[in-house]
Amino acid sequence: MISYDDILAWVRRFAAAVTANKAYLTELDSAIGDADHGINMDRGFTAVVGKLDGLASPDIGAALKTVGTTLVSTVGGASGPLYGMFFMQMGGAVTGKEALTLEEFATAFETGLGGVLRIGKAEPGDKTMVDALIPARDALRAAIADGASVSDAITRMADGAEQGMLATVPLVARKGRASYLGERSAGHQDPGATSSHLLLRSAAEVWAGR
Amino acid sequence: MKKLINAPESVVDDELAGVAAAHADLVRVIEPNVVVRADAPKKGKVGVISGGGSGHEPMHGGFVGMGMLDAACPGAVFTSPVPDQMLAATKAVDGGAGVLHIVKNYTGDIMNFELAAEMARAEGIEVTSVVIADDVAVKDSLYTAGRRGVGGTVLAEKIVGAAAEAGADLATVTALCQKVQDNVRSMGMALTSCTVPAAGKPTFELGDDEMEIGIGIHGEPGRTRMKLASAAEITAMLATPILDDLPFKAGDKVLAFVNGMGGTPLIELYVIFNELKKILDARGITIARNLIGNYITSLEMAGCSITLLRLDDELTKHWDAPVHTPGLRWGR
Repeated sequence: MISYDDILAWVRRFAAAVTANKAYLTELDSAIGDADHGINMDRGFTAVVGKLDGLASPDIGAALKTVGTTLVSTVGGASGPLYGMFFMQMGGAVTGKEALTLEEFATAFETGLGGVLRIGKAEPGDKTMVDALIPARDALRAAIADGASVSDAITRMADGAEQGMLATVPLVARKGRASYLGERSAGHQDPGATSSHLLLRSAAEVWAGR
Repeated sequence: MKKLINAPESVVDDELAGVAAAHADLVRVIEPNVVVRADAPKKGKVGVISGGGSGHEPMHGGFVGMGMLDAACPGAVFTSPVPDQMLAATKAVDGGAGVLHIVKNYTGDIMNFELAAEMARAEGIEVTSVVIADDVAVKDSLYTAGRRGVGGTVLAEKIVGAAAEAGADLATVTALCQKVQDNVRSMGMALTSCTVPAAGKPTFELGDDEMEIGIGIHGEPGRTRMKLASAAEITAMLATPILDDLPFKAGDKVLAFVNGMGGTPLIELYVIFNELKKILDARGITIARNLIGNYITSLEMAGCSITLLRLDDELTKHWDAPVHTPGLRWGR
């Protein structure tokens, strides 16, 4: 099972990873975007961490929704609505739950991904965060089918995200500011796919051994 | 990085405090970072708001006032504002006649404005949106996020603001904004990069003898990088794609807007305007109105953009109408 504390530990770990990688994410965004991805995500997740301590009851759904609404209110850019929608929708799928089975986590993740796809309108191969999240979902589903432990399943999920992230390098962007570059966007790793990989790698790190 | 700032995190807040202190007769700044016309809301008047990342001053906050915007929502530098800001702005300027959102075509701006419009409608405020997408440097196809909103936004805000000031209803104001969008085209170039305060180093590198043609207003690299050319050649490189796109034809009257990116002196902008006049004269196109200066900037980037708006009597009338904002003032 994935507990309420596990979920909060995951969000905190990701917030720390965003801070640690703030300059790197911004550098990736300088190459093909507008040089603010790390800065914006760090501002948002700093606000999120400030909210986590004040949460009233161990409700995973409510906690994830708070993460999402805080991101929408503080990040701006495209990342604010996209990551905000991801967490809000994910939270909406597990309202009132204090612990999640791997299957429930997978379903919640898919609901969050659905929110990202709906408002971002990106398709696989557009060189966006979706290119990390979809292979991650597929890897998680395959791991569940294999009867993997939480730790193994999330590690495979993070590995899927990593492969998807690396696979964005040769792609030509078709969404977001990078799309304005056309062919010149090829050869650069997508910043959104990179932060999405960090999101799932953070989960794999804090849930190791489960 | 050499900038006149206290700290990268406080640039926008410090600037807004300065704006509020300097222009208290025209605007006030409310939480969460919204510049609102001092006399808003005006009963029965359509509200016109816009917003976008900071770093493009005087756009948008400098265009709040009589005859232009009712409110502006500045985000972090080069980052779309958040929905809370547009919702607060919409509520602050709603005089019961509805509110128009003028949105520049960037993925983040579109999403954040959409969320805000949904929230405002849920609170019973009638909201319409027009997306400005005038940058011909971007191939407008299924394979991009579409054309960027650039210089045409300034002209739209002035013209639409005048109509709202004159008492036009929401449908008329919205249609007028769309008319500006349908008749305006722009393209820009950079001689140097710019530095986002929080990033601390230039967004891109450009050699001493190089320039970037087709640059966006956020330091997004353009479409081609080449050796520096003369003002006449650069003007032709920007004007030709603009003219061919609409297309502008002999006999057209236009508003010619030569905009500085923030780090280019007026002396150079007038050199560009002179070259532009020659090109338009040769094509039989009349410059009926002009605007020359730094109005939609990209921090300290050196470079310029050219915007052409095909005028008719309605657009000309609203362009000429009085305006009194921190960044644009005439007629009173």
